[in-house]
Amino acid sequence: MKLRLPAPILLLLPAIIVLVAVIVLPLLLSFYSSFTPFRLTRPETLWTFIGLRNYINVLSNWDFWVAFGRTILLLTIALNAEMFLGLGLAMLVNKATHGQRLLRTLMMFPMMFSPVLVGFQFKFMFNDNIGLVNNALQSLGLTDQAIPWLINGNLALFSIIVAEVWSSTSVFAILILAGLLAMPQEPVEAARVDGCTPWQTFRYVTWPFIMPFAFIAMTIRSLDVARAYDIVKIMTDGGPAGRTELLWTLVGRTAYSDARMGVANAMAYVSIVLSILFTVYFFRKLAAARQQIGAEW
Amino acid sequence: MATVSLKKLVKRYGTVEVVHGIDLDVRDREFVALVGPSGCGKSTTLRMIAGLEDISDGALEIGGKVVNDLPPRARNISMVFQSYALYPHMTVRENMGFSLKIAKRPQKEIDERVEAAADILELKPLLERRPSQLSGGQRQRVAMGRAIVRQPEVFLFDEPLSNLDAKLRTQMRTEIKKLHSKVQSTIIYVTHDQVEAMTLSDRIVIMRDGHIEQVGMPDEVFRFPATRFVAGFIGSPPMNLDEAVVDDGKLVFASGDSLPLPAQFHERVTVGQKVVFGLRPDDIYPTGHGLSSADTTDIHQLDLPVSITEPLGNETLVFVGFNKRDWVSRMLNPKPLAAGEKIAMSLDLSQAHLFSAETGRTLRG
Repeated sequence: MKLRLPAPILLLLPAIIVLVAVIVLPLLLSFYSSFTPFRLTRPETLWTFIGLRNYINVLSNWDFWVAFGRTILLLTIALNAEMFLGLGLAMLVNKATHGQRLLRTLMMFPMMFSPVLVGFQFKFMFNDNIGLVNNALQSLGLTDQAIPWLINGNLALFSIIVAEVWSSTSVFAILILAGLLAMPQEPVEAARVDGCTPWQTFRYVTWPFIMPFAFIAMTIRSLDVARAYDIVKIMTDGGPAGRTELLWTLVGRTAYSDARMGVANAMAYVSIVLSILFTVYFFRKLAAARQQIGAEW
Repeated sequence: MATVSLKKLVKRYGTVEVVHGIDLDVRDREFVALVGPSGCGKSTTLRMIAGLEDISDGALEIGGKVVNDLPPRARNISMVFQSYALYPHMTVRENMGFSLKIAKRPQKEIDERVEAAADILELKPLLERRPSQLSGGQRQRVAMGRAIVRQPEVFLFDEPLSNLDAKLRTQMRTEIKKLHSKVQSTIIYVTHDQVEAMTLSDRIVIMRDGHIEQVGMPDEVFRFPATRFVAGFIGSPPMNLDEAVVDDGKLVFASGDSLPLPAQFHERVTVGQKVVFGLRPDDIYPTGHGLSSADTTDIHQLDLPVSITEPLGNETLVFVGFNKRDWVSRMLNPKPLAAGEKIAMSLDLSQAHLFSAETGRTLRG
């Protein structure tokens, strides 16, 4: 007997097979392994079921919570800095009467570099002996010390934030600029006639309009930063002494250096909750902001 | 006192001059309409008055004070935009009270003034809605409400009715007229629609290519257009205009058709002069079907072929062939006419206009 599948399913089958093979199965496997003491060095451990023990370990692991907190700190500082710088950049480019297209292209340059390269670049720039930053500071006479950018714990996190902000401010700038370009000019003019100073015009008219665009950028970037790995891995590898350890560098270290795949997967699933929470939060904000300006998209 | 004076006002964009030194005095509480085809500089002029465009040269005075370098907020004006320009994230109430909130007026006063304006414009039931929940006409009323709440010295309207459908436009036109009688402020109103300009304003300013062609009361610009352009622009359907050469006591058109030289121009033209002859559709009509209430008439009878007719109910526009062109005439108490039929036409030459073919200016003097 010939098996006859309905046409829609038949047509979708190639896509379904690929998706199941590369996404659903690994996802299920990793989820399952988070309930086992699976170590890469002892494959047979994959078959030992230990229930929630990994999760209990992770949730009671101080290092995990420190990395968790640090990730949120990084996220907060980086997103705010990117938001303000991106907004400023977008407003400036929007004011440009000539060469706006060129400026827009230039603005996107940092996004074109691989994060790994950005990491190397900033690792070099922040090097305490031969780095550009110290060289510049010393040449300008601002300091005669070799500032240990990547060696001091706080400075190292700061340096990572600088690298993150440099590479991704343009996400905000581009999206906010899109908002500014799409914005009708009449309400701004009406506000000027209504008695607004330039600041009030921005505060009461322009900002509410571009807020949804800022929230879209926030959503994208919060997911990005919450899974920050490459720049940190290259610049400090979580060091010095774990002072720049973030969620995903910790997950990576646990999984591959310590070979404790089961625990690492449990950590990963807890971390994903963080990302989901941020996404939900920003999407709610986005929906509210959109409704407020009566957006039709 | 809110007079507005434009003194040799010039607007240049780079090297391109779009408004060429115009002079205009708007009296206190006067309703002045700036009218002209698109690109004539009327909106630019209005935006210079509002302070949204820099003034390249000349002086702008509001209430006797030069305001060239003052920002819009310091000019005590309100503006109603073509696209309404409401703040989409604010309710109608907030939109209308926004300028007062910015001016840090007490909440009680804001509420009172918003309510008062809402009363005038019948916006009371809509106060808590957002602009996206309003129809075009309602949005336009909110935009006007926002303007009157400020109690400015001068209102500026930039084609406020252009985005509305024909029926609503007529309705809002009446509202604006009522509004002017209530608020008693100076109003400068930009439109490309000559009907709006005629019906609303105390005086009309007709602009073309950055120049003022004529300033006058609606009746004046209609009856005594100063230039050929004004003659063709004001009035609907437009005046019939055609070039002719003055001969001994008559006007000879290119095709050889001729008309007697209207008596009022006998002394003002010379034989061989090139002129533009103009006659309104009201002054050329199938004999027995026209207006004959003018005090002085100088009827010239002519048989002309009908090309097409446009029945409008109480009247019919009849296009008749003269000088190889279609001249439009207004037929009152219409009767059916067939295309090609030759009918007797009456031309009231006492109402005719002559313009210099060279300068376009009227030869009436």
